[in-house]
Amino acid sequence: MTDPTFHLELQEHEKTFLDSNELIINMGPQHPATHGVLRVILKLDGEKVLGTECVIGYLHRGVEKIAEHRTYTMFNPYVDRMDYVAAVSNGLGYCESVEKLLNVEAPPRAKYIRVILAELNRLASHMLWLGTHALDIGAITPLFYTFRDREEILKIFEKYCGARLTTHAFRIGGCLYETYEGFEREVKKFLEFVTPKIGEYEELLTTNRIWVERTKGVGTISAKDCVALGVTGPVLRASGVKWDIRKAQPYAAYADFDFEIPIGQSGDTYDRYIVRMEEMRQSLRIIAQAIDRIPEGPIMAKVPKVIKPPLGEIYHSIEAPKGELGYFIVSDGSTQPYRVRVRPPSFVNLQALDLMVRDQLVADVIAVIGTLDIVLGEVDR
Amino acid sequence: MSEETKSPTPPPTGQPKPAAGEPISGTVQSTLVQKPEAAAPSKPAGPTPAAWDSPMVAKLKTHYGSGIREANTYLVQNYMIVEPSLVSELLQVLRDQELFDYCVDITAVHYPQREKQFDVIWILYSFPRNERIRVKTMIADGESVPSAVPIWPAANWLEREVYDMFGIRFDGHPNLKRILLPDGWKGHPLRKDYGIIQQDQEWVQINLGIESGQ
Repeated sequence: MTDPTFHLELQEHEKTFLDSNELIINMGPQHPATHGVLRVILKLDGEKVLGTECVIGYLHRGVEKIAEHRTYTMFNPYVDRMDYVAAVSNGLGYCESVEKLLNVEAPPRAKYIRVILAELNRLASHMLWLGTHALDIGAITPLFYTFRDREEILKIFEKYCGARLTTHAFRIGGCLYETYEGFEREVKKFLEFVTPKIGEYEELLTTNRIWVERTKGVGTISAKDCVALGVTGPVLRASGVKWDIRKAQPYAAYADFDFEIPIGQSGDTYDRYIVRMEEMRQSLRIIAQAIDRIPEGPIMAKVPKVIKPPLGEIYHSIEAPKGELGYFIVSDGSTQPYRVRVRPPSFVNLQALDLMVRDQLVADVIAVIGTLDIVLGEVDR
Repeated sequence: MSEETKSPTPPPTGQPKPAAGEPISGTVQSTLVQKPEAAAPSKPAGPTPAAWDSPMVAKLKTHYGSGIREANTYLVQNYMIVEPSLVSELLQVLRDQELFDYCVDITAVHYPQREKQFDVIWILYSFPRNERIRVKTMIADGESVPSAVPIWPAANWLEREVYDMFGIRFDGHPNLKRILLPDGWKGHPLRKDYGIIQQDQEWVQINLGIESGQ
């Protein structure tokens, strides 16, 4: 039906409800391509999307309310359950925020350990994104490749802190665990192992005709719209804005490392794919530098046993794999936070969905949800 | 989660210590007025807020006078407290003239003991200046603040979440309804008088057909 003038005249008895031009359909909440329990109400004209509305909150657990009833230390494991594929980043953001509120700083060695694990986690998160995103679009092989290689990262996490997914790797003031025997060697071995693998993924997809057709020009968003909608992370960078909190306002030990911020030009799904692939390589670079230069010394700052930050409030944000992850913490001088607000990147980024899929095809909605790289645990909290 | 496990130790002391100082046990009861708001910081009187000195603040202060009630720096972070009537204009000025083009977050804090119960906070960032600031205003229960959606479309869901969690209304919001909780839900969970295990039993029974598990 390429000819726009083509119009079928129906006989009266042939008319059904399908003849209406607009159709409202529900996608999700239980849908394999929504990456969790996201419900999208689509208004369609044939295959064309006229508008969408996201219905979220199915996974709402009241994390911010829970925080007000836990001590600062007790709340630490909860943050891992928001963006559960990048638990290390969540923990890093939370621990650094409370440290700022306490006005203490983690020792250099702890900062390096944090950077290594956070970057490994970024890699794991991007691998999971690539596998599932490619699967949504119809390429099944990358899923097996990326899950196989992500396993090696999870093994390192498991050896470091005993958990694979919700790691609770860091504590307020530094790290609880010293690196295990052979940590440096294993991470280096992993770097050697994974570097060619990223090339392998690219070989499967970058010039693959189906992949290119399904992603180029799909879900385009301009830099201006990204900024207006508060979109951050790889989505913003793929639209051409060279902004990464690791560079703009360095935290942990990121100021010590040499790395690039990959950016795209057109802001389409393909560019976002290229940006994330390049980000994985940059993460490898950071990890390699951190492993080589990791200083000796203590891993825990002098933090009181009972954490009681002085009266005040703080906003601190980090570059999580999905974008800007911020914590706004209000302390009333007691052992429990008076208020913890989490600024989740997935929640804000998901807002852009409507703009990105308008006038595109239904099948592209799947591609765009995948390319936004949302985790519903973090959207709903 | 049981209080019994904890009870053997405290009884001899008779009067329990002030709740604020005590590491919370499993007590999941509502902390309605448990924590005195603005409790005098007994000992760790950390850094105190200093005046925020910048050409921008000077300019805004000369323009708005006492409308800008405070402009402080705390832990290297700048914030200003402004009159609610000023918010709409100020946010527009901050975006247009001071280049705060990215609305990072909008949130609120509830202080039930205060006459003006709510703090509403806008966290803004400027890409050209690489600077982050917070704008804060205080409103009473039932008062509303102007919506920032016309200034930053990003404010849409953020304001809906504040409405959902605190019941603060944003004037001029295009679609102000609950976002995380279901539409028919009663109550606003992040208010301090909403208990942690409290929920809308009626909604749960009607829609899920179950008695609450808690």
